[in-house]
Amino acid sequence: MALNNELRQFVIDNFMFGNPGESFADSDSFLERGIIDSTGVMELIAFLEQRYRIKLQDQDLIPDNLDSVDGLARLVENRLPPN
Amino acid sequence: MCGIAGMFNLDGAPVAPESLRGMIRMLAHRGPDDTGVHAQDAVGLAHARLSIIDLAGGHQPMPNEDASLWITFNGEIFNYLELRQDLIRKGHRFATRSDTEVLLHLYEEEGDDCVRYLNGQWAFAIWDNQRRRLFLSRDRLGVRPLFYTQVNKTFLFGSEIKALFAHKEVSREIDVNGLDELFTYWCTIPPATLFRNIHELPPGHSMSVDAGGVSIRFYWDCQFETESAVADSSREQKYADELLELLIDATQVRLRSDVPVGAYLSGGLDSTVTTALVKKYTNARLRTFSVAFDDAVFDESPFQRDAVRFLDTDHQEIRCTKNQIAEVFPEVIWHTEKPVLRTAPAPLYLLSRLVRNSGYKVVVTGEGADEVLGGYDIFKETKIRRFWESQPNSKMRPALLRRLYPYLQNIRNQPDAYRNAFFHINVDPALQPFFSHIPRWQLTAKLKTFFSDATRAQIAADDGYSKVRTRLPRSFTSWDSFCQAQYLETKYLLPGYILSSQGDRMGMAHSVEGRFPFLDHRIVEFASRLPISLKMKVLNEKFLLKRSAAGLIPPSVMKRHKQPYRAPEACSFLQPAAREYMQELLSPEQIRHDGIFDERSVALLLDKFRRGAAIGIKDNMGLVGIVSTQLLIHQFVNHFESRMTSHGTQQRIAAVRN
Repeated sequence: MALNNELRQFVIDNFMFGNPGESFADSDSFLERGIIDSTGVMELIAFLEQRYRIKLQDQDLIPDNLDSVDGLARLVENRLPPN
Repeated sequence: MCGIAGMFNLDGAPVAPESLRGMIRMLAHRGPDDTGVHAQDAVGLAHARLSIIDLAGGHQPMPNEDASLWITFNGEIFNYLELRQDLIRKGHRFATRSDTEVLLHLYEEEGDDCVRYLNGQWAFAIWDNQRRRLFLSRDRLGVRPLFYTQVNKTFLFGSEIKALFAHKEVSREIDVNGLDELFTYWCTIPPATLFRNIHELPPGHSMSVDAGGVSIRFYWDCQFETESAVADSSREQKYADELLELLIDATQVRLRSDVPVGAYLSGGLDSTVTTALVKKYTNARLRTFSVAFDDAVFDESPFQRDAVRFLDTDHQEIRCTKNQIAEVFPEVIWHTEKPVLRTAPAPLYLLSRLVRNSGYKVVVTGEGADEVLGGYDIFKETKIRRFWESQPNSKMRPALLRRLYPYLQNIRNQPDAYRNAFFHINVDPALQPFFSHIPRWQLTAKLKTFFSDATRAQIAADDGYSKVRTRLPRSFTSWDSFCQAQYLETKYLLPGYILSSQGDRMGMAHSVEGRFPFLDHRIVEFASRLPISLKMKVLNEKFLLKRSAAGLIPPSVMKRHKQPYRAPEACSFLQPAAREYMQELLSPEQIRHDGIFDERSVALLLDKFRRGAAIGIKDNMGLVGIVSTQLLIHQFVNHFESRMTSHGTQQRIAAVRN
């Protein structure tokens, strides 16, 4: 859950500038809710790679992974080295 | 080109010439060559002149023979020689060679309908003493500006808002509804401006003012009645020949001037075509001017050099840096009088300074071709989205999409909901008239996330774009979405941003007048009848223009991929030249004091830029919009008096130097 919260805060600060308006669920589609547009995807990728020191491949860049807080969390968890 | 201002006391009280002088002084940059003031009982007209036609005889305000009419006029009537001949045949006698006097006689002959006969770019006011009535008009496409307001019983007008603010009774407050429009459409929707109770006369409209009040009427609008497509190549050639003929004439009448005319050369198709035509019809060596950037992403100088070689012109360029953009940006906003979401006006401010320092007052440029002949990406995008909408399962032509959305090549394999959201295809039926512009407007409206709660609370809800909707022509819904997109660009973004914030205001900052052959109304009307396929053939933009221009311009410019004119964006504000005003105007205290934006949101955005993490278009537009709004408030609301005093002082110093 800590990961979800961190990702969520990143989205609120960086795409909604601290102003989430109506609350959104972790499973909500960023694009459908108008939270992140097509240009925001690159930003998300850069953030994930830097913050979690993971390298994303082209095949990772699909909506299932990048279009919701849940999707991001799953993607990051799968990529992090096992503890 | 010139600046105009004036006032009319509807209660009959006499006008004080001193107030008129105060107003016109604010417009001295528009007309440094001469000033004139005419006060007569309850009405006063003022004029700041940049002498271009009839240098000796064109003093304004100008009366007719019996002084029953007085005019103050900003602009050019390109067909004034033909109109003058007609009027002489009808018995009118002329005392000068100026186009201004032609307007007076034409008004005597035709009254308010005089504007229908004009080919030109204008804003003027005529005082009709017999009817005790002021008649004002603005050109069809909004090349020249005109603002007005009424306080108590006084009606005031001027070329720029700063002239109105020079009148002591006019208050200066931000209108958040104007701001809301700008943060949706990239421009305000006239009559709204960024200031409460200050109005803009829309392009293609005239107005009259008398003791009974103000009345506004439209006299021209662009209408699309497209002819059906033809596959026949000889018909295509006929259209191409006709366009070329019109362009030649539109350029020739724009070379009527008693001072030398130069040309802007961006390196793109449009200005290369206009420069080629000017070159062909000018005897003297042609001077051309351009902007170059150090950053290759924005720089078009290789194409500019090709054009200069091909057309053999005397060329000068400025190399524009991010720091220079930062340095001149406050002055840029002093002239635009509204926020901007792009820094692109700044290099054009520097360019007009170069033109002025080179001794030129008039430049011909390529503005309008993209709107009129179908060049913009938004038209291409509209075609693609319509294509996708009609054949959502098509496996064909994925290359179409790759061109516009290179990083989302797998879009075909995505879930329907995602794909439709991405392409904005599930457009609410009520919003269908705006199909083309929904992606842009929705993206831009996201910038309102930076507004403070107080700002948001003052904005009237308008989810259905009603300000634009209520002004659409009756036949609009029957047009193809390509033409609808063209209409919206031509009607709003062209006058509200391209011709003003990037056009008139940047040129006039250094007393330079732009002339635009593509915006000759005969070309606009011709193009509105063209089959759409001749404007964009599949995805080949400005197809017919390319055909008309064959042989006139270098092959490299003809074949190049269209590059929209852009300048280094918000990163400019991290440069040393911006440090002082960024610290002062974007500090949490100042943001809170001015009240428009939310201090926490602004801080998060600034932080994102400092971390180098702001790469999206929204962040860039957001910062440019916030900085320009804060500069606007600083100069026009908080510190106008000191700007007004320094303006007067600067003008006096300039006068002494001259």
